[in-house]
Amino acid sequence: MARAISTRSKITFTAVAWLIGLLIFFPILWTMLTSFKTEAQAIADPPVVFGFDWTLENYCTVGFRPNLYFFDFNEFCEGAPRSEYMRFLWNSVAIAVGSTLLGIVIAVPAAWAMAFVPGRRTKDILLWMLSTKMLPAVGVLYPINLIFVEADLLDTHFGLIVVMTLINLPIIVWMLYTYFREIPGEILEAARMDGAGMGQEIFYVLAPMAVPGIASTILLNIILAWNEAFWTLNLTTFDAAPLTQFIAGYSSPEGNFFAKLSAASTAAIAPILVLGWFSQKQLVRGLTFGAVK
Amino acid sequence: MATRHSRGIARIMITPAVIVLLGWMLVPLVMTLWFSFHDYRPQRGIYECCVGFENYARFLGSSSFLKAVFTTLIMLGGSLGITVIGGIFLAILLNQPIWGQGIVRVLVIAPFFVMPTVSALVWKNMMMDPVNGILAHVWAAFGAEPVSWLTDVPLFSIIMIVSWQWLPFATLILLTAIQSLDSEQLEAAEMDGAGPVPRFVSIILPHLARAITVVILIETIFLLSIFAEIFVTTQGGLGTKTLTYLIYERVMESQNVGLGSAGGILAVILANIIAIFLMRIVGKNLDR
Repeated sequence: MARAISTRSKITFTAVAWLIGLLIFFPILWTMLTSFKTEAQAIADPPVVFGFDWTLENYCTVGFRPNLYFFDFNEFCEGAPRSEYMRFLWNSVAIAVGSTLLGIVIAVPAAWAMAFVPGRRTKDILLWMLSTKMLPAVGVLYPINLIFVEADLLDTHFGLIVVMTLINLPIIVWMLYTYFREIPGEILEAARMDGAGMGQEIFYVLAPMAVPGIASTILLNIILAWNEAFWTLNLTTFDAAPLTQFIAGYSSPEGNFFAKLSAASTAAIAPILVLGWFSQKQLVRGLTFGAVK
Repeated sequence: MATRHSRGIARIMITPAVIVLLGWMLVPLVMTLWFSFHDYRPQRGIYECCVGFENYARFLGSSSFLKAVFTTLIMLGGSLGITVIGGIFLAILLNQPIWGQGIVRVLVIAPFFVMPTVSALVWKNMMMDPVNGILAHVWAAFGAEPVSWLTDVPLFSIIMIVSWQWLPFATLILLTAIQSLDSEQLEAAEMDGAGPVPRFVSIILPHLARAITVVILIETIFLLSIFAEIFVTTQGGLGTKTLTYLIYERVMESQNVGLGSAGGILAVILANIIAIFLMRIVGKNLDR
């Protein structure tokens, strides 16, 4: 039975929680607001909160110019952009999605086998995989860099996708394993009794039960790959550079650039913020390796 | 159910994942180990074999190593302290009946999804800029002299940025853990006259103990390799050079690969010591 809570304490808790929530969210909120200001308004003293002339100018300047067939953002823009957001966006999408899908292709069979046909060494293999995730990247930076130079992989999509797949593979295997393990094995026997063959078993019985887990895994890993900022900063310069590198290009201040920086930042994080809000539950599972439930 | 036939298939299904990870782990690690025993400075064309443990001795003996270890420990300790204590507080708060709980939770979690380069630059410019940053305006509003955060207290500033990024992670995990707490136990304690503090100390905290350990271990592993936040703010200057950043500089900037590799191997050993503890907890959980 739920405890009876006095309305007054509920009001207090609500006020405190909202205050802290807004405080934590404030840097993001402020950046989003500033991205619609002019450079002059962005550094106004005292700061303008809502009463400013909203403009899309900064988005134009940083190169946020999606051109969909029914809607062309260029109509709002004049002149040439200062940086090419769309390029970096495409690189981010290609690397995050590409590495996640490649990882899934390698990980699904492995996780499947470990979940449904566990052997004596399954646990050791799982823990060993996890341990590879804990190697500090900087320890292998030079060799990887050298291999990339020798194999002509620096600043290529392929090279980045391979590295991102490898660094996230342990998490992908783990997440899939924890999901697959929850699929009851008895269901297989039931299907078999009804005369289902091996292929039918997988296709009609197990696959539908595995799909939600695979989808969650894909979601979390796209987020992790999108935000990865060690290898992307060190192994790309321009051609395959994703949004992390795009933002790093704004790290040295240059005149009035607050509004432009805000627009660039908002454009870089918006897609993943939206995905992230759907993935809260998976986050706990994916990043604690089942140690917290 | 598991016949010899299905075991064979299972082994084949696991093989690709094991092979690529084994390659990914061993090849570069062996190379780093190999370089660490060389005097290898590619820009000057020096590549001499077998200097023994000279690189290790020089790396460990240099004053920058001790400083970097110290900086790393402060950053780690500070960020862990803020995120764990803040996370416990927030988890308990968010577990109370409040209006709009879902929205508050979303607001609190959001920083985790912001890429490191963005959060560092947003904090550096929008928040911490001594002239136009919001904190400067707040300070001025109270009649105080605005602080030039990243030059006056650079390490503290980076700790703030990192904590902002990782507080959501700690909160989310501790909230998940707190939700599995049996509320009857709390009610019983309350009926027995236990106040909020004893209830926290003797029921909530023990219940959270494992989740806290997990948060500390996982954050430690990620925080030890913090890179982008330093890269786009202080570039390792002003006493913010962590062990990771020191190794990065040795290897990529001053191109003393032998020395940097020795440092890299030391970092790997350090990370492994922490990883062992995490593995124990995770491994125990697998048996159930």
